[in-house]
Amino acid sequence: MLRLEGVSTYYGPIQALKEITLEVEEGAVVAVLGANGAGKTTLMNTISGLLHPRGGQITFEGRRIDRLPTERIVRLGIIQVPEGRQLFPDLTVAENLRMGAFVQRDHRGIKESLERVFAHFPVLMDRRGQLAGTLSGGEQQMLAIARALMARPRLLLLDEPSLGLSPILVRELFTILRTLNGEGTTMVLAEQNSHMALTIARYGYILETGRIGLAGKSEELRANKKVKQLYLGIRERSPMTPRGGGESGGA
Amino acid sequence: MRRFILWSGALCLLALAPLFLRSYTLYILNMAGVYLVATLGLNLLTGYTGQLSIGHAGFLAIGAYAGALLPAKLAVPFWLSIPLAGIISGLAGFILLIPALRLTAIYLAIATLGFGAAVAEILPRWTAVTGGYQGMKVPKAAFLGLTLDSDVKLYYLALIIVILMILLARNIVGSKLGRAFVAIRDQERAAQALGISLTKYKASAFFISAFYTGIAGALYSFVVGYISPGEFDLAKSLLIFMMMALGGMGSIPGSVVGAVFLTFLPHWLSGFRGLQQFIYGAALVLVVIFAPYGIWGFVRRWTMPDKLQRLPRPLRAVVEFVRG
Ligand SMILES: Nc1ncnc2c1ncn2[C@@H]1O[C@H](COP(=O)(O)OP(=O)(O)O)[C@@H](O)[C@H]1O
Ligand SMILES: [Mg+2]
Repeated sequence: MLRLEGVSTYYGPIQALKEITLEVEEGAVVAVLGANGAGKTTLMNTISGLLHPRGGQITFEGRRIDRLPTERIVRLGIIQVPEGRQLFPDLTVAENLRMGAFVQRDHRGIKESLERVFAHFPVLMDRRGQLAGTLSGGEQQMLAIARALMARPRLLLLDEPSLGLSPILVRELFTILRTLNGEGTTMVLAEQNSHMALTIARYGYILETGRIGLAGKSEELRANKKVKQLYLGIRERSPMTPRGGGESGGA
Repeated sequence: MRRFILWSGALCLLALAPLFLRSYTLYILNMAGVYLVATLGLNLLTGYTGQLSIGHAGFLAIGAYAGALLPAKLAVPFWLSIPLAGIISGLAGFILLIPALRLTAIYLAIATLGFGAAVAEILPRWTAVTGGYQGMKVPKAAFLGLTLDSDVKLYYLALIIVILMILLARNIVGSKLGRAFVAIRDQERAAQALGISLTKYKASAFFISAFYTGIAGALYSFVVGYISPGEFDLAKSLLIFMMMALGGMGSIPGSVVGAVFLTFLPHWLSGFRGLQQFIYGAALVLVVIFAPYGIWGFVRRWTMPDKLQRLPRPLRAVVEFVRG
Protein backbone atom coordinates (compact mmCIF):
# COMPACT_ATOMS: atom_id res chain seq x y z
CA MET A 1 0.00 0.00 0.00
CA LEU A 2 2.73 2.45 1.04
CA ARG A 3 6.35 2.21 -0.08
CA LEU A 4 9.31 4.37 0.75
CA GLU A 5 12.47 3.86 -1.24
CA GLY A 6 15.72 5.50 -0.24
CA VAL A 7 13.94 8.49 1.27
CA SER A 8 16.20 11.25 2.60
CA THR A 9 14.78 14.31 4.34
CA TYR A 10 16.73 17.35 5.41
CA TYR A 11 16.25 20.32 7.70
CA GLY A 12 18.39 22.83 5.87
CA PRO A 13 21.84 21.24 5.81
CA ILE A 14 20.97 18.63 8.45
CA GLN A 15 19.99 15.23 7.16
CA ALA A 16 17.31 13.80 9.45
CA LEU A 17 16.29 10.76 7.38
CA LYS A 18 18.97 8.71 5.65
CA GLU A 19 17.74 6.61 2.75
CA ILE A 20 14.79 5.06 4.48
CA THR A 21 13.26 2.08 2.73
CA LEU A 22 10.04 0.82 4.22
CA GLU A 23 6.89 -0.95 3.18
CA VAL A 24 3.39 -1.03 4.64
CA GLU A 25 0.98 -3.71 3.47
CA GLU A 26 -2.74 -3.06 3.34
CA GLY A 27 -4.42 -4.01 6.59
CA ALA A 28 -1.20 -4.14 8.59
CA VAL A 29 0.03 -2.26 11.61
CA VAL A 30 3.65 -1.30 11.14
CA ALA A 31 5.63 -0.03 14.10
CA VAL A 32 8.39 2.54 13.74
CA LEU A 33 10.45 2.45 16.89
CA GLY A 34 13.23 4.67 18.02
CA ALA A 35 14.54 6.87 20.79
CA ASN A 36 13.91 10.57 21.05
CA GLY A 37 15.43 12.35 18.07
CA ALA A 38 15.69 9.20 15.96
CA GLY A 39 13.57 10.74 13.21
CA LYS A 40 10.10 9.25 13.79
CA THR A 41 8.26 12.57 13.53
CA THR A 42 10.33 13.55 10.51
CA LEU A 43 9.32 10.28 8.85
CA MET A 44 5.63 10.82 9.59
CA ASN A 45 5.75 14.39 8.31
CA THR A 46 7.57 13.28 5.19
CA ILE A 47 4.85 10.73 4.42
CA SER A 48 2.15 13.35 5.14
CA GLY A 49 3.76 15.84 2.79
CA LEU A 50 4.44 18.36 5.53
CA LEU A 51 8.09 17.85 4.62
CA HIS A 52 9.38 16.91 1.19
CA PRO A 53 12.24 14.46 0.79
CA ARG A 54 15.33 15.55 -1.08
CA GLY A 55 16.05 12.03 -2.26
CA GLY A 56 14.18 8.80 -2.86
CA GLN A 57 10.51 8.31 -3.56
CA ILE A 58 7.25 7.52 -1.79
CA THR A 59 4.41 5.69 -3.47
CA PHE A 60 0.91 5.09 -2.17
CA GLU A 61 -1.02 2.40 -4.02
CA GLY A 62 1.43 2.64 -6.86
CA ARG A 63 1.15 6.40 -7.15
CA ARG A 64 4.01 8.77 -6.37
CA ILE A 65 3.11 11.14 -3.56
CA ASP A 66 6.36 12.66 -2.36
CA ARG A 67 5.88 15.90 -4.32
CA LEU A 68 2.20 16.30 -3.48
CA PRO A 69 1.02 18.95 -1.03
CA THR A 70 -0.48 17.69 2.23
CA GLU A 71 -4.07 18.46 1.29
CA ARG A 72 -3.78 16.17 -1.73
CA ILE A 73 -2.27 13.40 0.36
CA VAL A 74 -5.06 13.78 2.90
CA ARG A 75 -7.58 13.37 0.11
CA LEU A 76 -5.88 10.13 -0.89
CA GLY A 77 -6.65 8.85 2.61
CA ILE A 78 -3.37 9.24 4.49
CA ILE A 79 -4.17 10.95 7.77
CA GLN A 80 -1.78 11.80 10.55
CA VAL A 81 -2.45 11.97 14.28
CA PRO A 82 0.36 14.38 15.13
CA GLU A 83 2.67 14.14 18.08
CA GLY A 84 1.34 16.08 21.06
CA ARG A 85 -2.26 15.84 19.76
CA GLN A 86 -2.41 19.40 18.37
CA LEU A 87 -6.10 19.84 18.99
CA PHE A 88 -7.91 23.14 18.58
CA PRO A 89 -8.16 23.98 22.28
CA ASP A 90 -10.70 26.80 21.92
CA LEU A 91 -13.07 24.75 19.82
CA THR A 92 -15.47 22.22 21.28
CA VAL A 93 -15.07 18.47 20.91
CA ALA A 94 -17.76 18.45 18.23
CA GLU A 95 -16.11 21.32 16.37
CA ASN A 96 -12.75 19.57 16.49
CA LEU A 97 -14.36 16.48 14.99
CA ARG A 98 -15.94 18.59 12.31
CA MET A 99 -12.52 20.03 11.45
CA GLY A 100 -11.34 16.45 11.01
CA ALA A 101 -13.87 16.01 8.22
CA PHE A 102 -12.72 19.23 6.54
CA VAL A 103 -11.96 17.68 3.16
CA GLN A 104 -15.13 15.57 3.27
CA ARG A 105 -17.90 16.85 1.06
CA ASP A 106 -20.75 14.45 1.52
CA HIS A 107 -22.91 15.20 4.54
CA ARG A 108 -24.28 11.70 4.97
CA GLY A 109 -20.75 10.35 5.08
CA ILE A 110 -19.78 12.89 7.73
CA LYS A 111 -22.74 11.87 9.87
CA GLU A 112 -21.82 8.22 9.52
CA SER A 113 -18.21 8.91 10.49
CA LEU A 114 -19.44 10.83 13.50
CA GLU A 115 -21.62 7.94 14.63
CA ARG A 116 -18.76 5.52 14.17
CA VAL A 117 -16.40 7.76 16.13
CA PHE A 118 -18.88 8.12 19.00
CA ALA A 119 -19.33 4.36 19.06
CA HIS A 120 -15.59 3.94 19.53
CA PHE A 121 -15.22 6.83 21.95
CA PRO A 122 -18.42 7.16 23.97
CA VAL A 123 -16.70 9.60 26.31
CA LEU A 124 -16.42 12.10 23.46
CA MET A 125 -20.15 11.87 22.91
CA ASP A 126 -20.72 12.96 26.51
CA ARG A 127 -18.24 15.79 26.15
CA ARG A 128 -19.07 16.98 22.67
CA GLY A 129 -20.00 20.48 23.84
CA GLN A 130 -16.91 20.88 25.99
CA LEU A 131 -13.84 22.83 24.89
CA ALA A 132 -11.07 20.51 23.74
CA GLY A 133 -8.52 22.35 25.87
CA THR A 134 -10.37 21.35 29.04
CA LEU A 135 -10.25 17.58 28.40
CA SER A 136 -7.92 15.29 30.34
CA GLY A 137 -4.77 14.01 28.65
CA GLY A 138 -6.30 10.66 27.81
CA GLU A 139 -9.47 12.22 26.43
CA GLN A 140 -7.40 14.60 24.33
CA GLN A 141 -5.52 11.70 22.77
CA MET A 142 -8.82 9.94 22.05
CA LEU A 143 -10.10 13.13 20.46
CA ALA A 144 -6.96 13.45 18.34
CA ILE A 145 -7.51 9.94 16.99
CA ALA A 146 -11.24 10.50 16.59
CA ARG A 147 -10.59 13.71 14.68
CA ALA A 148 -8.30 11.82 12.30
CA LEU A 149 -10.96 9.11 11.86
CA MET A 150 -13.42 11.78 10.72
CA ALA A 151 -11.24 12.16 7.63
CA ARG A 152 -11.92 8.49 6.77
CA PRO A 153 -8.32 7.34 6.73
CA ARG A 154 -7.20 4.39 4.69
CA LEU A 155 -3.75 4.75 6.21
CA LEU A 156 -3.51 6.21 9.70
CA LEU A 157 -0.17 7.62 10.84
CA LEU A 158 0.11 7.75 14.62
CA ASP A 159 3.01 9.72 16.07
CA GLU A 160 3.68 8.60 19.65
CA PRO A 161 0.04 8.33 20.70
CA SER A 162 0.97 6.85 24.08
CA LEU A 163 3.14 9.82 25.04
CA GLY A 164 2.18 11.16 28.45
CA LEU A 165 -0.54 8.60 29.14
CA SER A 166 -0.75 6.43 32.25
CA PRO A 167 -0.17 2.67 31.77
CA ILE A 168 -3.91 1.97 32.08
CA LEU A 169 -4.75 4.54 29.43
CA VAL A 170 -1.99 3.23 27.19
CA ARG A 171 -3.56 -0.22 27.36
CA GLU A 172 -6.98 1.23 26.60
CA LEU A 173 -5.53 3.17 23.69
CA PHE A 174 -3.91 0.10 22.19
CA THR A 175 -7.12 -1.86 22.53
CA ILE A 176 -8.87 0.79 20.48
CA LEU A 177 -6.10 0.83 17.90
CA ARG A 178 -6.37 -2.93 17.57
CA THR A 179 -10.13 -2.66 17.05
CA LEU A 180 -9.68 0.03 14.41
CA ASN A 181 -7.14 -2.10 12.63
CA GLY A 182 -9.55 -5.02 12.81
CA GLU A 183 -12.09 -2.86 10.99
CA GLY A 184 -9.65 -2.38 8.15
CA THR A 185 -7.59 0.73 8.93
CA THR A 186 -3.95 0.29 8.02
CA MET A 187 -1.59 1.98 10.47
CA VAL A 188 1.94 3.22 10.88
CA LEU A 189 2.63 3.56 14.57
CA ALA A 190 5.65 5.56 15.74
CA GLU A 191 6.47 4.80 19.33
CA GLN A 192 9.12 4.89 21.99
CA ASN A 193 6.91 2.51 23.94
CA SER A 194 8.20 -0.39 21.90
CA HIS A 195 6.75 -3.12 24.02
CA MET A 196 3.14 -2.13 23.47
CA ALA A 197 3.73 -1.20 19.86
CA LEU A 198 5.19 -4.59 19.03
CA THR A 199 2.21 -6.37 20.59
CA ILE A 200 -0.15 -4.95 17.97
CA ALA A 201 2.21 -4.48 15.04
CA ARG A 202 2.84 -7.14 12.45
CA TYR A 203 6.12 -5.67 11.38
CA GLY A 204 8.56 -3.24 12.92
CA TYR A 205 11.34 -0.89 11.86
CA ILE A 206 13.87 0.46 14.26
CA LEU A 207 15.15 3.95 13.53
CA GLU A 208 18.57 4.99 14.77
CA THR A 209 19.57 8.59 14.08
CA GLY A 210 17.66 8.75 10.84
CA ARG A 211 18.65 5.33 9.54
CA ILE A 212 16.84 2.03 9.71
CA GLY A 213 18.93 0.00 12.11
CA LEU A 214 16.83 -3.12 12.11
CA ALA A 215 13.64 -4.37 10.56
CA GLY A 216 11.62 -7.51 10.90
CA LYS A 217 8.48 -9.25 12.03
CA SER A 218 7.35 -8.27 15.50
CA GLU A 219 8.11 -11.67 16.99
CA GLU A 220 11.60 -11.61 15.56
CA LEU A 221 12.24 -8.14 16.90
CA ARG A 222 10.91 -9.08 20.29
CA ALA A 223 13.21 -12.08 20.39
CA ASN A 224 16.22 -10.08 19.23
CA LYS A 225 18.75 -9.62 22.00
CA LYS A 226 19.78 -6.11 21.06
CA VAL A 227 16.19 -4.96 20.75
CA LYS A 228 15.36 -6.39 24.10
CA GLN A 229 18.13 -4.46 25.74
CA LEU A 230 17.80 -1.17 23.97
CA TYR A 231 14.11 -0.84 23.32
CA LEU A 232 12.23 -3.21 25.52
CA GLY A 233 14.23 -2.57 28.66
CA ILE A 234 14.64 -6.29 29.26
CA ARG A 235 17.99 -7.64 30.28
CA GLU A 236 19.04 -11.21 29.77
CA ARG A 237 19.10 -12.87 33.14
CA SER A 238 22.54 -14.11 33.91
CA PRO A 239 23.31 -16.38 36.81
CA MET A 240 23.70 -14.08 39.78
CA THR A 241 27.11 -13.98 41.29
CA PRO A 242 26.95 -12.20 44.61
CA ARG A 243 30.32 -10.48 44.52
CA GLY A 244 31.52 -8.88 41.31
CA GLY A 245 33.04 -11.01 38.58
CA GLY A 246 30.97 -13.19 36.31
CA GLU A 247 29.25 -11.94 33.20
CA SER A 248 26.85 -9.52 34.85
CA GLY A 249 24.81 -7.21 32.70
CA GLY A 250 25.33 -9.05 29.46
CA ALA A 251 27.06 -7.57 26.45
CA MET B 1 -38.64 36.67 17.47
CA ARG B 2 -37.28 38.99 20.17
CA ARG B 3 -34.06 39.19 18.21
CA PHE B 4 -35.98 40.14 15.12
CA ILE B 5 -37.78 42.96 16.90
CA LEU B 6 -34.51 44.14 18.40
CA TRP B 7 -32.74 44.22 15.07
CA SER B 8 -35.59 45.89 13.20
CA GLY B 9 -35.76 48.49 15.97
CA ALA B 10 -32.05 49.15 15.66
CA LEU B 11 -32.32 49.37 11.90
CA CYS B 12 -35.23 51.85 12.08
CA LEU B 13 -33.25 53.97 14.52
CA LEU B 14 -30.25 53.96 12.18
CA ALA B 15 -32.43 54.76 9.18
CA LEU B 16 -34.08 57.68 10.97
CA ALA B 17 -30.88 59.00 12.56
CA PRO B 18 -30.37 61.77 9.95
CA LEU B 19 -33.60 63.39 11.17
CA PHE B 20 -32.10 64.01 14.59
CA LEU B 21 -28.40 64.43 13.98
CA ARG B 22 -26.38 67.40 12.84
CA SER B 23 -24.58 67.19 9.55
CA TYR B 24 -21.24 67.20 11.37
CA THR B 25 -22.20 64.21 13.51
CA LEU B 26 -23.38 62.42 10.39
CA TYR B 27 -20.01 63.08 8.79
CA ILE B 28 -18.28 61.46 11.76
CA LEU B 29 -20.72 58.56 11.60
CA ASN B 30 -19.85 58.12 7.93
CA MET B 31 -16.18 58.00 8.84
CA ALA B 32 -17.05 55.44 11.52
CA GLY B 33 -18.68 53.39 8.76
CA VAL B 34 -15.50 53.60 6.69
CA TYR B 35 -13.34 52.43 9.57
CA LEU B 36 -15.85 49.79 10.55
CA VAL B 37 -15.53 48.12 7.16
CA ALA B 38 -11.73 48.41 7.26
CA THR B 39 -11.63 46.99 10.79
CA LEU B 40 -13.81 44.06 9.76
CA GLY B 41 -11.30 43.42 6.98
CA LEU B 42 -8.34 43.51 9.30
CA ASN B 43 -10.14 41.37 11.85
CA LEU B 44 -10.82 38.64 9.30
CA LEU B 45 -7.10 38.54 8.59
CA THR B 46 -5.54 39.15 11.98
CA GLY B 47 -8.28 38.26 14.45
CA TYR B 48 -9.61 35.20 12.65
CA THR B 49 -6.68 33.92 10.60
CA GLY B 50 -3.85 35.07 12.87
CA GLN B 51 -1.96 36.94 10.15
CA LEU B 52 -0.68 40.19 11.56
CA SER B 53 -0.88 43.30 9.40
CA ILE B 54 0.25 46.81 10.26
CA GLY B 55 0.03 48.09 6.72
CA HIS B 56 -3.69 48.18 6.02
CA ALA B 57 -3.64 51.89 5.26
CA GLY B 58 -2.04 50.76 1.99
CA PHE B 59 -5.23 48.93 1.03
CA LEU B 60 -7.33 51.84 2.22
CA ALA B 61 -5.30 54.06 -0.11
CA ILE B 62 -5.61 51.69 -3.07
CA GLY B 63 -9.37 51.53 -2.53
CA ALA B 64 -9.68 55.29 -2.12
CA TYR B 65 -7.72 56.09 -5.28
CA ALA B 66 -9.42 53.35 -7.27
CA GLY B 67 -12.82 54.58 -6.08
CA ALA B 68 -11.97 58.12 -7.13
CA LEU B 69 -10.03 57.43 -10.33
CA LEU B 70 -12.29 54.85 -11.94
CA PRO B 71 -15.24 57.27 -12.30
CA ALA B 72 -12.97 60.29 -12.94
CA LYS B 73 -10.63 58.86 -15.58
CA LEU B 74 -12.44 55.83 -17.01
CA ALA B 75 -16.03 56.93 -16.54
CA VAL B 76 -16.83 53.77 -14.63
CA PRO B 77 -20.31 54.13 -13.12
CA PHE B 78 -20.15 54.80 -9.45
CA TRP B 79 -22.10 51.73 -8.30
CA LEU B 80 -19.50 49.60 -10.04
CA SER B 81 -16.48 51.58 -8.91
CA ILE B 82 -16.91 50.62 -5.24
CA PRO B 83 -16.82 46.82 -5.72
CA LEU B 84 -14.10 47.24 -8.35
CA ALA B 85 -12.02 49.22 -5.88
CA GLY B 86 -12.49 46.32 -3.46
CA ILE B 87 -11.36 43.78 -6.06
CA ILE B 88 -8.30 45.81 -7.11
CA SER B 89 -7.29 46.17 -3.48
CA GLY B 90 -8.01 42.47 -2.92
CA LEU B 91 -5.67 41.51 -5.75
CA ALA B 92 -3.00 43.73 -4.22
CA GLY B 93 -3.52 41.69 -1.06
CA PHE B 94 -1.94 38.71 -2.77
CA ILE B 95 1.41 40.54 -2.61
CA LEU B 96 1.44 39.88 1.13
CA LEU B 97 0.70 36.21 0.63
CA ILE B 98 4.31 35.57 -0.31
CA PRO B 99 5.79 36.65 3.04
CA ALA B 100 2.82 35.10 4.85
CA LEU B 101 3.60 31.66 3.45
CA ARG B 102 7.32 31.78 3.98
CA LEU B 103 8.13 33.72 7.05
CA THR B 104 7.27 33.88 10.70
CA ALA B 105 4.89 36.39 12.23
CA ILE B 106 7.45 39.09 12.84
CA TYR B 107 8.59 39.13 9.22
CA LEU B 108 5.03 39.26 8.01
CA ALA B 109 4.49 42.28 10.26
CA ILE B 110 7.56 43.94 8.77
CA ALA B 111 6.48 43.03 5.25
CA THR B 112 3.02 44.57 5.80
CA LEU B 113 4.70 47.65 7.28
CA GLY B 114 6.84 47.84 4.15
CA PHE B 115 3.80 47.41 1.94
CA GLY B 116 2.02 50.32 3.63
CA ALA B 117 5.13 52.47 3.31
CA ALA B 118 5.58 51.52 -0.37
CA VAL B 119 2.01 52.50 -1.26
CA ALA B 120 2.45 55.80 0.58
CA GLU B 121 5.65 56.43 -1.41
CA ILE B 122 4.33 55.45 -4.84
CA LEU B 123 1.08 57.45 -4.73
CA PRO B 124 2.59 60.96 -4.62
CA ARG B 125 5.22 60.07 -7.25
CA TRP B 126 2.69 58.83 -9.75
CA THR B 127 1.73 62.43 -10.40
CA ALA B 128 0.06 61.97 -13.77
CA VAL B 129 -2.63 59.77 -12.30
CA THR B 130 -2.89 60.62 -8.63
CA GLY B 131 -2.22 64.34 -8.70
CA GLY B 132 0.89 63.91 -6.55
CA TYR B 133 1.27 65.31 -3.06
CA GLN B 134 -1.53 67.82 -3.55
CA GLY B 135 -4.00 65.00 -3.84
CA MET B 136 -7.12 65.00 -5.94
CA LYS B 137 -10.73 65.97 -5.80
CA VAL B 138 -13.11 63.04 -5.82
CA PRO B 139 -16.03 63.31 -8.26
CA LYS B 140 -19.41 63.33 -6.56
CA ALA B 141 -20.92 59.92 -6.40
CA ALA B 142 -24.05 59.64 -8.51
CA PHE B 143 -26.54 56.83 -8.56
CA LEU B 144 -29.62 56.48 -10.78
CA GLY B 145 -29.55 60.20 -11.45
CA LEU B 146 -29.23 60.95 -7.76
CA THR B 147 -26.08 62.84 -6.78
CA LEU B 148 -24.78 61.98 -3.34
CA ASP B 149 -23.78 65.52 -2.49
CA SER B 150 -24.70 65.75 1.18
CA ASP B 151 -23.69 63.99 4.37
CA VAL B 152 -27.24 62.66 4.71
CA LYS B 153 -27.17 60.96 1.31
CA LEU B 154 -23.67 59.62 1.96
CA TYR B 155 -24.90 58.37 5.30
CA TYR B 156 -27.37 56.07 3.60
CA LEU B 157 -24.68 54.84 1.20
CA ALA B 158 -22.40 54.12 4.15
CA LEU B 159 -25.20 52.43 6.07
CA ILE B 160 -26.02 50.09 3.20
CA ILE B 161 -22.37 49.18 2.66
CA VAL B 162 -21.81 48.61 6.37
CA ILE B 163 -24.83 46.33 6.69
CA LEU B 164 -23.86 44.31 3.61
CA MET B 165 -20.29 43.94 4.78
CA ILE B 166 -21.32 42.87 8.29
CA LEU B 167 -23.68 40.25 6.87
CA LEU B 168 -20.98 39.01 4.52
CA ALA B 169 -18.48 38.79 7.37
CA ARG B 170 -20.94 36.81 9.48
CA ASN B 171 -21.42 34.40 6.62
CA ILE B 172 -17.70 33.98 6.07
CA VAL B 173 -17.03 33.38 9.75
CA GLY B 174 -19.76 30.76 10.01
CA SER B 175 -18.73 28.92 6.86
CA LYS B 176 -16.12 26.33 6.07
CA LEU B 177 -13.86 29.19 5.06
CA GLY B 178 -14.15 30.75 8.50
CA ARG B 179 -13.45 27.43 10.19
CA ALA B 180 -10.33 27.03 8.08
CA PHE B 181 -9.22 30.54 9.10
CA VAL B 182 -9.60 29.76 12.79
CA ALA B 183 -7.86 26.39 12.39
CA ILE B 184 -4.88 28.10 10.72
CA ARG B 185 -4.78 30.69 13.48
CA ASP B 186 -4.92 28.18 16.33
CA GLN B 187 -2.92 25.22 15.01
CA GLU B 188 -1.35 25.86 11.66
CA ARG B 189 0.37 22.48 11.55
CA ALA B 190 -2.69 20.47 12.55
CA ALA B 191 -4.83 22.43 10.11
CA GLN B 192 -2.44 21.48 7.35
CA ALA B 193 -2.40 17.85 8.46
CA LEU B 194 -6.21 17.77 8.20
CA GLY B 195 -6.01 18.81 4.58
CA ILE B 196 -6.46 22.57 4.91
CA SER B 197 -4.30 24.17 2.24
CA LEU B 198 -2.34 27.03 3.79
CA THR B 199 -1.78 28.60 0.39
CA LYS B 200 -5.43 28.55 -0.57
CA TYR B 201 -6.87 29.76 2.70
CA LYS B 202 -4.22 32.34 3.51
CA ALA B 203 -4.69 33.66 -0.02
CA SER B 204 -8.44 33.86 0.64
CA ALA B 205 -7.86 35.66 3.93
CA PHE B 206 -5.57 38.24 2.35
CA PHE B 207 -7.88 38.77 -0.58
CA ILE B 208 -10.98 39.16 1.57
CA SER B 209 -9.25 41.42 4.05
CA ALA B 210 -7.83 43.67 1.34
CA PHE B 211 -11.20 43.60 -0.45
CA TYR B 212 -12.95 44.89 2.67
CA THR B 213 -10.37 47.57 3.26
CA GLY B 214 -10.49 48.58 -0.41
CA ILE B 215 -14.26 49.03 -0.18
CA ALA B 216 -13.70 51.09 2.95
CA GLY B 217 -11.19 53.18 0.99
CA ALA B 218 -13.63 53.84 -1.84
CA LEU B 219 -16.29 54.86 0.64
CA TYR B 220 -13.71 57.07 2.34
CA SER B 221 -12.98 58.91 -0.88
CA PHE B 222 -16.67 59.69 -1.42
CA VAL B 223 -17.26 60.70 2.18
CA VAL B 224 -14.24 62.99 2.38
CA GLY B 225 -14.47 64.31 -1.19
CA TYR B 226 -10.76 65.01 -1.43
CA ILE B 227 -7.89 62.57 -1.00
CA SER B 228 -4.14 63.01 -0.72
CA PRO B 229 -1.35 60.48 -0.15
CA GLY B 230 -0.37 61.83 3.26
CA GLU B 231 -3.56 60.51 4.85
CA PHE B 232 -2.63 56.89 4.33
CA ASP B 233 0.38 56.63 6.60
CA LEU B 234 1.53 54.30 9.32
CA ALA B 235 -0.60 56.16 11.86
CA LYS B 236 -3.70 55.16 9.89
CA SER B 237 -2.61 51.51 9.77
CA LEU B 238 -2.09 51.58 13.51
CA LEU B 239 -5.45 53.26 14.02
CA ILE B 240 -7.22 50.41 12.19
CA PHE B 241 -5.19 47.93 14.19
CA MET B 242 -6.16 49.66 17.45
CA MET B 243 -9.82 49.62 16.46
CA MET B 244 -9.60 45.87 15.96
CA ALA B 245 -7.59 45.14 19.11
CA LEU B 246 -9.59 47.49 21.30
CA GLY B 247 -12.94 46.27 20.04
CA GLY B 248 -12.04 42.60 20.17
CA MET B 249 -9.95 40.36 17.97
CA GLY B 250 -11.85 37.61 16.27
CA SER B 251 -15.20 39.29 16.90
CA ILE B 252 -17.53 41.04 14.48
CA PRO B 253 -19.43 43.07 17.10
CA GLY B 254 -16.01 43.94 18.52
CA SER B 255 -15.01 45.46 15.19
CA VAL B 256 -18.17 47.58 15.23
CA VAL B 257 -17.60 48.77 18.79
CA GLY B 258 -13.87 49.42 18.30
CA ALA B 259 -14.26 51.33 15.04
CA VAL B 260 -17.15 53.52 16.19
CA PHE B 261 -15.57 54.22 19.56
CA LEU B 262 -12.16 55.20 18.22
CA THR B 263 -13.69 57.31 15.44
CA PHE B 264 -15.66 59.36 17.94
CA LEU B 265 -13.02 59.47 20.67
CA PRO B 266 -10.87 62.27 19.19
CA HIS B 267 -13.98 64.40 18.81
CA TRP B 268 -14.93 63.87 22.41
CA LEU B 269 -11.37 64.63 23.41
CA SER B 270 -11.02 67.68 21.21
CA GLY B 271 -10.77 69.81 24.35
CA PHE B 272 -7.63 67.96 25.41
CA ARG B 273 -5.32 68.65 22.47
CA GLY B 274 -1.93 67.13 23.03
CA LEU B 275 -3.26 64.68 25.56
CA GLN B 276 -4.94 62.61 22.86
CA GLN B 277 -1.96 60.40 22.09
CA PHE B 278 -1.49 59.77 25.78
CA ILE B 279 -5.13 58.84 26.26
CA TYR B 280 -4.97 56.51 23.24
CA GLY B 281 -1.90 54.76 24.55
CA ALA B 282 -3.29 54.50 28.06
CA ALA B 283 -6.61 53.16 26.75
CA LEU B 284 -4.83 50.42 24.80
CA VAL B 285 -2.72 49.42 27.79
CA LEU B 286 -5.78 49.35 30.06
CA VAL B 287 -7.68 47.20 27.60
CA VAL B 288 -4.82 44.75 27.25
CA ILE B 289 -4.60 44.43 31.03
CA PHE B 290 -8.25 44.48 32.06
CA ALA B 291 -10.10 43.40 28.97
CA PRO B 292 -7.79 41.18 26.95
CA TYR B 293 -10.72 40.16 24.78
CA GLY B 294 -11.33 43.78 23.86
CA ILE B 295 -14.27 45.97 24.77
CA TRP B 296 -16.69 43.46 23.31
CA GLY B 297 -15.25 40.62 25.36
CA PHE B 298 -15.57 42.83 28.44
CA VAL B 299 -19.24 43.49 27.70
CA ARG B 300 -19.90 39.81 27.14
CA ARG B 301 -18.31 38.90 30.41
CA TRP B 302 -21.15 40.73 32.15
CA THR B 303 -23.93 39.75 29.83
CA MET B 304 -23.08 36.15 28.98
CA PRO B 305 -20.38 34.91 31.36
CA ASP B 306 -20.70 31.28 30.27
CA LYS B 307 -19.89 32.16 26.69
CA LEU B 308 -16.71 34.03 27.48
CA GLN B 309 -14.64 30.92 27.09
CA ARG B 310 -15.83 30.61 23.54
CA LEU B 311 -14.05 33.79 22.53
CA PRO B 312 -10.86 33.30 20.56
CA ARG B 313 -7.58 33.68 22.30
CA PRO B 314 -6.84 37.36 22.73
CA LEU B 315 -4.12 39.28 21.02
CA ARG B 316 -2.61 36.04 19.90
CA ALA B 317 -1.07 37.55 16.82
CA VAL B 318 0.50 40.28 18.93
CA VAL B 319 1.97 37.75 21.31
CA GLU B 320 3.38 35.81 18.38
CA PHE B 321 4.67 39.02 16.91
CA VAL B 322 6.58 39.84 20.07
CA ARG B 323 7.96 36.32 20.35
CA GLY B 324 8.94 36.34 16.69
N1 LIG C 1 12.47 21.70 12.62
C1 LIG C 1 13.67 21.11 12.74
N2 LIG C 1 14.78 21.75 12.36
C2 LIG C 1 16.00 21.16 12.47
N3 LIG C 1 16.19 19.94 12.96
C3 LIG C 1 15.12 19.25 13.36
C4 LIG C 1 13.81 19.79 13.28
N4 LIG C 1 12.92 18.87 13.75
C5 LIG C 1 13.67 17.81 14.11
N5 LIG C 1 14.97 18.02 13.87
C6 LIG C 1 16.08 17.06 14.12
O1 LIG C 1 15.82 15.91 13.37
C7 LIG C 1 16.10 14.76 14.14
C8 LIG C 1 14.88 13.87 14.19
O2 LIG C 1 13.87 14.51 14.93
P1 LIG C 1 12.40 13.90 15.10
O3 LIG C 1 11.95 13.47 13.78
O4 LIG C 1 11.58 14.91 15.80
O5 LIG C 1 12.67 12.67 16.04
P2 LIG C 1 11.66 11.82 16.92
O6 LIG C 1 10.28 12.14 16.47
O7 LIG C 1 12.04 10.42 16.67
O8 LIG C 1 11.90 12.22 18.34
C9 LIG C 1 16.58 15.24 15.49
O9 LIG C 1 17.98 15.22 15.51
C10 LIG C 1 16.06 16.64 15.57
O10 LIG C 1 16.94 17.44 16.33
MG1 LIG D 1 8.76 12.80 17.54
